[in-house]
Amino acid sequence: MENKIRSLRMEHISKRFPGVLASDDISISVGEGEVLALVGENGAGKTTLMNILMGLYQPDEGRILINDEEVRFRGPEDAFRAGLGMVHQTYMLVPSMTVTENIALGYKKAWKHMHLDLAAVRSRVVEISERYGLAVNPDAYIWQLSVGEQQKVELVKTLCLGAKFLILDEPTSALTPQEVDELIVLLHKMTEELSIIFISHKLQEVKALSNKVTILRHGKVVFSGNTDDYSSQEIAAKMTGHEIVLPKNQGNPSNDEVALSIRDLVVMSDRKTTALDHLSLDIHSGEIVGLAGVSGNGQRELAEAINGLRKVESGSISFYGKEIAGCTPREVINEGMGYIPEERNTEGIVPAFSIKENFILKDVSSAPFSKGGFLDGKKIDSTAESLVERFDVRCPGISTAAGSLSGGNIQKVILAREIERRPKFLVAVYPTRGLDMGAVEFIHQELLAIREKGIGILLISEELDEIMDLSDRIAVIYKGSIQRVLDKAEATRERLGILMAGVKEE
Amino acid sequence: MTKGFRIAFKSVIILLSVLAALLMASVILWMIGADVSATFYTICIEPLTRMLHISEVLIRAIPLCIIALGISVAYRSGIINIGAEGQMAMGLLAFTGVALAFPDVPRPLLLPLALIASMIGGGVWGFIPGILKAKLNVSELLSTVMLNYIAAQFYSLCLRTIYLDPAEQVYGTGTPQSMRLTENVWLGRITGRLHYGIIIALVLAVLIFILMWKTSVGFKMRASGSGARAARYGGISVGFYVAASMVISGAFAGLAGGVELAGVHRRAIEGITNNYGFSGVVVALFGGLHPFGIIPASFFFGLMIYGSTLAPSKVGVPANIVQVMQGIIIIVIVTAQMVLSNTYFQDRVWRKFQALRKKGA
Repeated sequence: MENKIRSLRMEHISKRFPGVLASDDISISVGEGEVLALVGENGAGKTTLMNILMGLYQPDEGRILINDEEVRFRGPEDAFRAGLGMVHQTYMLVPSMTVTENIALGYKKAWKHMHLDLAAVRSRVVEISERYGLAVNPDAYIWQLSVGEQQKVELVKTLCLGAKFLILDEPTSALTPQEVDELIVLLHKMTEELSIIFISHKLQEVKALSNKVTILRHGKVVFSGNTDDYSSQEIAAKMTGHEIVLPKNQGNPSNDEVALSIRDLVVMSDRKTTALDHLSLDIHSGEIVGLAGVSGNGQRELAEAINGLRKVESGSISFYGKEIAGCTPREVINEGMGYIPEERNTEGIVPAFSIKENFILKDVSSAPFSKGGFLDGKKIDSTAESLVERFDVRCPGISTAAGSLSGGNIQKVILAREIERRPKFLVAVYPTRGLDMGAVEFIHQELLAIREKGIGILLISEELDEIMDLSDRIAVIYKGSIQRVLDKAEATRERLGILMAGVKEE
Repeated sequence: MTKGFRIAFKSVIILLSVLAALLMASVILWMIGADVSATFYTICIEPLTRMLHISEVLIRAIPLCIIALGISVAYRSGIINIGAEGQMAMGLLAFTGVALAFPDVPRPLLLPLALIASMIGGGVWGFIPGILKAKLNVSELLSTVMLNYIAAQFYSLCLRTIYLDPAEQVYGTGTPQSMRLTENVWLGRITGRLHYGIIIALVLAVLIFILMWKTSVGFKMRASGSGARAARYGGISVGFYVAASMVISGAFAGLAGGVELAGVHRRAIEGITNNYGFSGVVVALFGGLHPFGIIPASFFFGLMIYGSTLAPSKVGVPANIVQVMQGIIIIVIVTAQMVLSNTYFQDRVWRKFQALRKKGA
């Protein structure tokens, strides 16, 4: 089976799940050396289609052809054998093992009668990583690697197992902008030898990487064409069904009182290194301050310190004149702080709890949800119903486990809870990371709407477009302190990029 | 997937697991040369044929139920309490201490006082691993098991020293035990040895249901257990609720000891804990960590424990073998539960089934 995959087609694929038609007569085709971008909003059926291609699901109707011959995959093993390899959105690596050991797990050729030839695996890893320019240290432990490096390991693993056709499920959703650029270059190089399908909803990448684009909506193909013939805006419009124009902050800078004043804040990271180094920043009520920076420069620690979740070593955080450095999370919440955390799946919600329980996570002991220590079920239900409707959370019902929702809907649950609490201030950390355009639009609108109500927002993000669209002022963080604060008018991508890289301006 | 298929799937799994358990147990019985069907009858059916037997099953179900309720609270709050055995022993000690110290206090006062003392005794023993976990992140698996040993030895020591029946020293039967406790701490009996502890167990089940699902305290405990990080973010003092859940869990185990003393033994003697603390973990999990699942689960385990005491005399099968069979049955049932909750497996069977049906058509 060293034959190349010259063409792959899926024809008239339909797949029905209880209550949903996940794939409705979908056809796609990919030729040799081509890159097909499969785009669509969350829940459009992209992942289902790829799971069918990998043999994880059987289609109810339709067929798959490789090199014009029909194939049937009863499981992922069959798909591997035919030369297909998939890199999932969440990586499947054992943290306590080395790169070589992880790859050996699935590399059957190295196993002979209970004996594992690790040296052979290692040389194969080296060979593959040189051939494709994937810089991977075969002896590093997975836990030592960054997310971007782990993804390279996944790619090497897939290629070592003999993949001649790659399927990437949202490969960039957890990467920093630099890692994304690097990945795009890498994948470009790989197309000399293989074909790729990649799932995405980030249009920049689609434009940068793909030859062809297929757009799914509600399980149907709504558009197929050559990427170069269409602009990002046109593709975005076809994806959501309506023109998406992300809202911009048109308001005047606020001259209101200072809401949050941070002075000389020093905070340690989990590894006991200095994460925030005498950071100072003022944010007024009614303004959005965007905190730009490459992730890992202290953003997470800053958000946690403000919200009482991380110990403050020295310095002060004054919130409407009250010192909140060293307060417990409960005390900070009671002062009127709202917080959209970075880890929406594990920190923003209790995944096993229902949507309605997550709505009351911060208010379970106070009126109107609790009376004399007893929960008021009716009040909780009616509040949840109205929030689900107002924030357009798509879910089977308010008793559904929040963890089973898509990322965009989980973020809406968190946003609904934080806004409904009528905070005096909001810390929003990567509020739109990994979300589709429709959800991004919605969240941006909501953030601007509460700004109009006079609420100050600290917006932490890696997306420069997001920061430039929404912020009144932009602060650049580098190695735990603020490089510089720019007004909206003086900020350009280039200038921010230079500041984020740590170059001082004079 | 049709509803009919889902019901059929569940029934088939349950039937298969019952058959598997019976088969494995039969093989063991056959190997030791026992009468297979008579043994099954003695263990599973006979205890249900007479009121006397049923009441004996129930008095074993009472401590199991109370302990399992407490364990479910801890489990839901994110801490696995396998120290109920020791907490129960501390409850026994506290109860006995009160009963011996104030024999003349009237019953309406002394009985509640002694029961509360047993809850405090168990609660303190639960608080230690709880606070260690909350403050220093000490594994509760280590601390609770170690505290079990300490409690067991301490209980033994007390029986041989300060609690020792003065009559023992005169007659010297060689059994370390306390004197018979004053009637003022006795729980009344309904029929046979069945005592009013059963009412206490049922009321506690309802109380736990209300606590965990209808109050904000229960909400915070469950949040701490199923998403500690999110709970902390939501302003819940996770450590406090973890420690509090262990106090409740220990208090329940202690109370189970008090009720057992007041209702059944009426004097402190070795062997009262009878592994109830460990069986309670299984009962709690088997009952789905829910009070209304724990009630039938504790009855079922009471049945098995009592059945195993009948087997040696009725059919000559040693009690040890009955315990082996119980182990098999528990493993099979737990496995079946896992299979039943695996929707992915169910989906695969459904697809195979559909493929077969298509071929047939």
